[in-house]
Amino acid sequence: MARAQIWLGLGLLVSIIGYLFLDAVGSWAFILTFRATKLAAMLLVGVSLAVATVLFQTITANRILTPSVMGFDALYAFALSSMVFTLGAAGYDAIPQPLLFAANLTLMSGLGLLLFMALLAGGRGDILKMVLTGIVLGILIRSITGFIQRLIDPSDFQTVQVASFARFTFVEPVLLGMAAAVVIPALVLAWRMRFRLDVLALGPEAATGLGEAPKRGQKQALLLICLLVGAATALSGPMSSGFSGPSNFFGLIVTALAHLLIKSERHATLLPAAAMIAGIVLVGGQTLMERVLHLATPLPVVIELVGGALFLFLLLRRRAV
Amino acid sequence: MISIRNVSHAIHGAPILHDISLDLPRGGVTALIGPNGAGKSTLLSLIARLVKLQSGAISVDELEVGKAADRVLAQHLAIMPQSLTVSARLRVGELVMMGRYPWHQGRPGAEDREIIAAALAKFALEPLRDRFLDALSGGQRQRALVAMAYAQGTDYLLLDEPLNNLDIAASRHLMGLLREMAEREGKSIVIVLHDINYAAAFADRIVVMSGGRVAADGAPGEIVNDGLLRDVFDTNAEVRLIDGKPVVLV
Repeated sequence: MARAQIWLGLGLLVSIIGYLFLDAVGSWAFILTFRATKLAAMLLVGVSLAVATVLFQTITANRILTPSVMGFDALYAFALSSMVFTLGAAGYDAIPQPLLFAANLTLMSGLGLLLFMALLAGGRGDILKMVLTGIVLGILIRSITGFIQRLIDPSDFQTVQVASFARFTFVEPVLLGMAAAVVIPALVLAWRMRFRLDVLALGPEAATGLGEAPKRGQKQALLLICLLVGAATALSGPMSSGFSGPSNFFGLIVTALAHLLIKSERHATLLPAAAMIAGIVLVGGQTLMERVLHLATPLPVVIELVGGALFLFLLLRRRAV
Repeated sequence: MISIRNVSHAIHGAPILHDISLDLPRGGVTALIGPNGAGKSTLLSLIARLVKLQSGAISVDELEVGKAADRVLAQHLAIMPQSLTVSARLRVGELVMMGRYPWHQGRPGAEDREIIAAALAKFALEPLRDRFLDALSGGQRQRALVAMAYAQGTDYLLLDEPLNNLDIAASRHLMGLLREMAEREGKSIVIVLHDINYAAAFADRIVVMSGGRVAADGAPGEIVNDGLLRDVFDTNAEVRLIDGKPVVLV
């Protein structure tokens, strides 16, 4: 267990160093500041999504679900499309970045939380029912988004398309700071929940017997998930490829690898492992694509491809479900 | 003592329990039996706070269920869960350690480790300590779950049909362990059972439930007879006394 973590740490370190120093042309001071900002953004997004996915899988007791199945990405695309539709591309571009970020974050975390709570209350606390209803609602939101997009002026639609992919090409330090202000406290809280999560993972019956009220834990975890995914998506755009379907495979890849490498259900080891793997996949993947292979393909496209295959594999290998 | 006062319960409008008042004194094994749908599992779930109390009150010693802090209650009352959600990647040793959670809150100390070692020894789980739960037989698995509840170190232990899917050897072994826990360590064990013969053989006291009410309550020898089977279970089975204990001929 400890050895796997050391390897993960080393892998992350190599990825970071590779990302910062490989293939640098020009002023070091400029390059390092530029790259460090992007690096921080990638790590923030990766760790947020990894931790959110672990929490989500624990409270739903399901290894192939990720928070995006509940339509977080759909909410982002919906917000984006409706803003471009009402304000026009020019109006949308005129919105100050921090304001847009704050609006996106509030919208996604707020609506996500509202959705979770309403579904949880409506389903008498049945978390699977919540997930299923969430999936259907996600489809509804995607359809509405698709409808709005067909109403948008084709030239304005380009704005939507550009903003719909996860992007790490340029990150405003102000936005990075705002995202960190949300993500870091949420991560600290998630870390402090680690032992309670172990108990919750045993199932509602056993958790109650051990004095850990399952519903309270579920609600707290959902709150953290909303904040983490909301902040990550607002910072980078959705990690799944735009409008194509219910797939945030990034979280799935990361948690599946974490379970594979760390042969333990304890969140004290699972959470850091998933976070480190997320860093390696994003930073290492980006380094590989940009610096080594010199490809212009966006990383999410590759993640989708690998994630799709992994998803099928997990589905077919029944044990993992 | 577990005291149940005027507890009624309905699920989706259908009444399950009717104004039940019952005292389960400290010590010994108490078996809850009754036909399907009699409300015995519901009553146990209410005591275990798995289901929210709708009316009436239940208290365990001085702690009132629903009002006492969850952690404090978990130090007095353990539940052996019927099933676990995540089982594949949990080792037996880790599972039993989870039983100490109400005490160590995730940071086990030397005392917890001693108790775990004792529990593993007591339930003959030492050779299986590093086995994953999904690599155990049904009987071993139940034993691991009882060991976990035992490690919780509570005075009261509740079990809901733990003999489901167990063969006769595993069933007798498990009941023997519970009997021993009650006798040697003064634990109070409340167990929902399907099989009247197991209840009559291993319990000190039997509470018979029928249609959401307590139909009979007493020592096995006093209440298990032809009349009970006819009136409550609606079947004409014969009851014989063997060594002073009633046995239903099935």
